[in-house]
Amino acid sequence: MRIEWIDKLTKIARQKSPWVYHINSGSCNGCDIEIGPCFCPRYDVEQMGVILEGSPKHADILLITGPMTLRTCEAVWDIYAQMPEPKAVIAIGSCPATGNVFAGSPTVLGSVEPRIPVDIYVPGCPPRPQTIMEAIRQAAQLLAEGKTGKKQGVSS
Amino acid sequence: MSDWWRILFAVLIWPGLLGGALLGWLLLWSTRKIMARLQGRKGPPFYQPFFDFAKLMGKKTILPRGTNRIIFNALPLVSLISVTFALALIPVPGNPMKSFNGNLILLIYLLEMPALCDILAGFITRSLYAQIGAAREAVLSIGYNLPFLTALIALAVHAKSTNLQVIMAAAPGPAIIFVAIALLLSIPARLRSNPFSIPNAESEIVAGIYTEYNSKPLAVFELVHGLELTAMVGLLGILFLPFTHNPMVSVAIYLLGAVVLVGLTTGLAAATARLKVQKAFSFFWSWGAIAALLAVVAVVIW
Repeated sequence: MRIEWIDKLTKIARQKSPWVYHINSGSCNGCDIEIGPCFCPRYDVEQMGVILEGSPKHADILLITGPMTLRTCEAVWDIYAQMPEPKAVIAIGSCPATGNVFAGSPTVLGSVEPRIPVDIYVPGCPPRPQTIMEAIRQAAQLLAEGKTGKKQGVSS
Repeated sequence: MSDWWRILFAVLIWPGLLGGALLGWLLLWSTRKIMARLQGRKGPPFYQPFFDFAKLMGKKTILPRGTNRIIFNALPLVSLISVTFALALIPVPGNPMKSFNGNLILLIYLLEMPALCDILAGFITRSLYAQIGAAREAVLSIGYNLPFLTALIALAVHAKSTNLQVIMAAAPGPAIIFVAIALLLSIPARLRSNPFSIPNAESEIVAGIYTEYNSKPLAVFELVHGLELTAMVGLLGILFLPFTHNPMVSVAIYLLGAVVLVGLTTGLAAATARLKVQKAFSFFWSWGAIAALLAVVAVVIW
């Protein structure tokens, strides 16, 4: 049995409180440095209800920075599998999209897409914090509409 | 109204589940908002804790491997029920439940349940981080309970009664100041805010006790945290704030007291870093013990 007002409430709540978990799958740290300012006074994503969670089991959105490497491949999949449904994935920067400058290295697998369904790609090397915030907002929108699992580019 | 209806009203509506949850969400929000303002950020909107709860309720629960499903789901509920009954015992204005002899002791037991459930929750989920968090919570609760319980015992000695209504109406003397200091020392540790955020050490041990908890059980634990905050504020309010016969004025005074208490704990949390569990324990068994001893001695002398 589904009750309509509870569904509506859940939809609004998903949009208003996206909790994120951040994993570095072998990035150069450039994108991680750009995620930091989002939680600092100038941008402050907590206004949108975003909290950076310590455990993937609490999170709704997974932020991946860096290309998939041989060593992190399994760990990233583990983290993704531990997040309860519904969940969204944001790939931050050029590395998770293509492998970027690390493409072709014997220890790098390249894009994360074949292993994990990415919802939103944030372009840039590194992207600006505003773009990351916009991506989180759009991911929360996707969560509310139940449209995660379909690839999109962030429009800013 | 018969007695059963009074109890039902006190547990479910005011000051129990509904009133306590609304107040608790407001207090949790003010904690986050004050923290954000102190850090120069804007902070979340006032409805944030409510939407966090609603969102967590709408997620699928993952059961960690090797964990008993019934215990996993029952622990947050036991915690919720005990803290709700604890709230219903506090004689705030408008509480229809009659105060009875010994309800201070029942209140102490019920307020202890959430910490116990947290410790068990940490151990049964079989995550290393949760177990470290649970062990720390166990040690810390032995620490902060020394000044907390001694202060409440001193109050009962002062009023010569274990009835909260009588303790509330007892003539305040200078000894009450020492009791208040001992109680206030243990509040940040009870709320696990920053210098004592040892058991839930965010990102140091992943998410502490709640590492493996997710979705609905986690939502209930968050709610319990809000209710605990309300219970602490309510308890301190009825024990130490001036008592008036006009319920509206009393509620206004208590709300003001709540804001001051939350402001103080949040200011402390923003200004300090996390202590080691040994340091926190020795703090409570030295300074906390001195405060507790002073409280008892002051009560006996005056």
